[in-house]
Amino acid sequence: MTLLRHLAAAIVVAGLLMLLSIKVDAFRDYQLAQVAYYAIAAAGLTVLIGLSGQVSIGHGAFMFIGAYTAALMLLHLHWALAAVLAASAVVAAVAGGIVGVAAARLRGPYLAGATLLLAVALPSITSRWQGVFGGDQGLGVTVNTPGFLGSTFPPTRWLAWLGFACALITFVLLANVRHSRIGRSWRALRDDEVAAALSGLNVARLQVLAFVVSSACAGLGGAMLALVNSSATPGTFTLTLSIQLLTAAILGGLGSLAGAVWGSLVLVYLAPYITNVATSQGLSSSVGANIPIVVYGAVLILVMLLFPGGIQGGLRRLFGSAAPAAAVPFSFFRREAPATDNQKEGTS
Amino acid sequence: MNRKHRVPLAAAAGIAAAALAVAACSSSSSPSSTPPSSSGSALQASAPGITPTSILVGSHQPLTGPAAPGYSEIAPAANAYFQYVNAHGGVFGRKITYRYLDDGYNPTNTVSVVRQLVLQNNVYAIFNGLGTPTHLNVVNFLNSSKVPDVFVASGCDCWNDPSKYPETFGYQLDYIREGKILGSYVKQHFKGKKIGYFYQNDEFGQDGVKGLDYEVPASQVVAREAYNVLATNPAQEVGGLVAKMKAAGVQVVVSFSIPAFTALLRLTGLTLSYSPTLVVSDVGSDPITLSGLLNTFAKKSGSFGSSLIQGIITDGYLPSLGDASNSWITLFKTVHDTYIPKLPFDGNVLYGESVGYAFVQAMLKAGRNPTRQDLVNALNAGNFPQGASVAPYAYASGSHDGITGAYIAVIKNGVLVQQGDVLVTDVTATGAVTPYMTAQSAAPATGVPSP
Repeated sequence: MTLLRHLAAAIVVAGLLMLLSIKVDAFRDYQLAQVAYYAIAAAGLTVLIGLSGQVSIGHGAFMFIGAYTAALMLLHLHWALAAVLAASAVVAAVAGGIVGVAAARLRGPYLAGATLLLAVALPSITSRWQGVFGGDQGLGVTVNTPGFLGSTFPPTRWLAWLGFACALITFVLLANVRHSRIGRSWRALRDDEVAAALSGLNVARLQVLAFVVSSACAGLGGAMLALVNSSATPGTFTLTLSIQLLTAAILGGLGSLAGAVWGSLVLVYLAPYITNVATSQGLSSSVGANIPIVVYGAVLILVMLLFPGGIQGGLRRLFGSAAPAAAVPFSFFRREAPATDNQKEGTS
Repeated sequence: MNRKHRVPLAAAAGIAAAALAVAACSSSSSPSSTPPSSSGSALQASAPGITPTSILVGSHQPLTGPAAPGYSEIAPAANAYFQYVNAHGGVFGRKITYRYLDDGYNPTNTVSVVRQLVLQNNVYAIFNGLGTPTHLNVVNFLNSSKVPDVFVASGCDCWNDPSKYPETFGYQLDYIREGKILGSYVKQHFKGKKIGYFYQNDEFGQDGVKGLDYEVPASQVVAREAYNVLATNPAQEVGGLVAKMKAAGVQVVVSFSIPAFTALLRLTGLTLSYSPTLVVSDVGSDPITLSGLLNTFAKKSGSFGSSLIQGIITDGYLPSLGDASNSWITLFKTVHDTYIPKLPFDGNVLYGESVGYAFVQAMLKAGRNPTRQDLVNALNAGNFPQGASVAPYAYASGSHDGITGAYIAVIKNGVLVQQGDVLVTDVTATGAVTPYMTAQSAAPATGVPSP
């Protein structure tokens, strides 16, 4: 039943997005594609942090893996685009599984530190094996618009459609996982690991699974990013990218899929919008260039103060729908050092 | 389960710091434009960004962020030269509008702002996009969209790849040629001395070292110390490397470094009472930038910085700012004083105006009603007039490198003093470094190149 409802919603949204993308110009299409890849990755992250209670501030590393997998496959194999995208998600998921096994032993800031290390270190393999990864120059990615759309079809609109498709599939799957037994188990162990273990949940396995799901999303987002940027270069996958993802998840509201979309919209649209306002007011370039940074900081502070549950939490509070999520997102902060006993029980 | 409440503050503080970091790195942009005015007769809208009265070009520039000091002057300087040209009849009567957006030297932002310029603003070309890591992120897009990508502001040899990047052209002396030119000077003037390399561990430093190795005998090189530009403690990083060079008895340090690291290299030497001869690449040796940095780092003022850089050996591919009688310097000083008097007249401004001049030359060669391809063809045709550069350009269908040579210079009293002839070379291991004897033509009296 839930699956059907989500599918129906996704089909309606897909139709609306396609209409929107036809109405707007090429640059707006490009921005929509950007929103799509940020939203895919942020959705995975919001599930990891908000549902399973594990913090990653290095999710850019999984986007890196997805992007390079897609770039390498498009360069050397002649697979269908859908297969390349799926494979990128799978490769990132495998990497996520490996990290997840290590991560299941770490908690809170220690886990965050370990993922941070990954985000900083991983892109440097491109200069280690320049022959394969193309060094600082990275790899070029070319996507051809399929023939049935005609030769005049704008390439950025096709990228936006691809992004929508990937995002909607991701969101439907995540929404179902969220409502499934697994989703409920994640919430149980997020709220109290010991109680979850006592209720018979395999804590370590669930945590690794959350990492796998979340990094698969990041991998798919990374692959889309490579297609949209028409390249995969190490310069894209800086620490800033990882932190932007985290910001999107937190701004939108941790644990909320809709929140991931809100956060991505802020990432993509806020700075250019403020710049346009600033320049239309005739501010000098040295002032105008710095205003978006100030506004961005102010928005972060205001959202955190007024809506601790993020934008989605704020909307829920304002329009009074189901349970206010305000307190839930930060429950991961309340976690304590590893409960080693039940950990062992979980892995054995 | 009351132990739950201990971790939160630390974690929350971490997240808040991260959020601030994002805020500081977030994108911003700043257009600059001159309103088009009407003039001209049989001129047509021959390409995107070209109307009968105007030419719209775009660029990504570090107006904020780590690379902004110094480099943020380049686009305003180029724009000042465009305004000068616009005031003197424009290009075939068209006025140039230069829209440069801030990418904060963050490659992710570069992608966005360049898409905006090409897809939304419909610029004719991307001109002088600044930075190696930043521009590498858009070079594929620009080439697949067939947008001319002219005079990239980076000496990476990567722009010279006409088969892969037919639309992309470099401008300044690339680091391999520069390494060879500095290397040949070192080989001749420091026979038998112990040489040490100090370089940035990326394409910039590695290309430079490649060029040096083509010239300097390997037996003389006793130390090769690479620094990481993102080091969390740069002073400590440089300190360790300099100590190693001192221990190895290095007498001549050849440095491919950005200004901040050149300054650290010099200061660390001072602390360790170690004063080898310094040979520094052009990008890391602008005297005004360097002496300012030295004063800032050492918390000194006045002549402290400028006295420390006295005698540094470097190279220059544009006329020296100290040569007030040079017609190019006079021209660019006039433009500077008219349009951007608040900026210092330093190496960055000279660079910006020179590359602006080159763009006007290229547009004139591209013809009266140019398509985008016409601009690329104009550069591929070769014989590109030399302009403000002291050595000829390499532009041809098989080469998209820019300036091919430079003169060796010594810093004396805050300006570059030329030593000997202009030297030219190529990027191969065997190509000789030879003097270029043709005298540079004077700047046109009107200040605007003729078609």
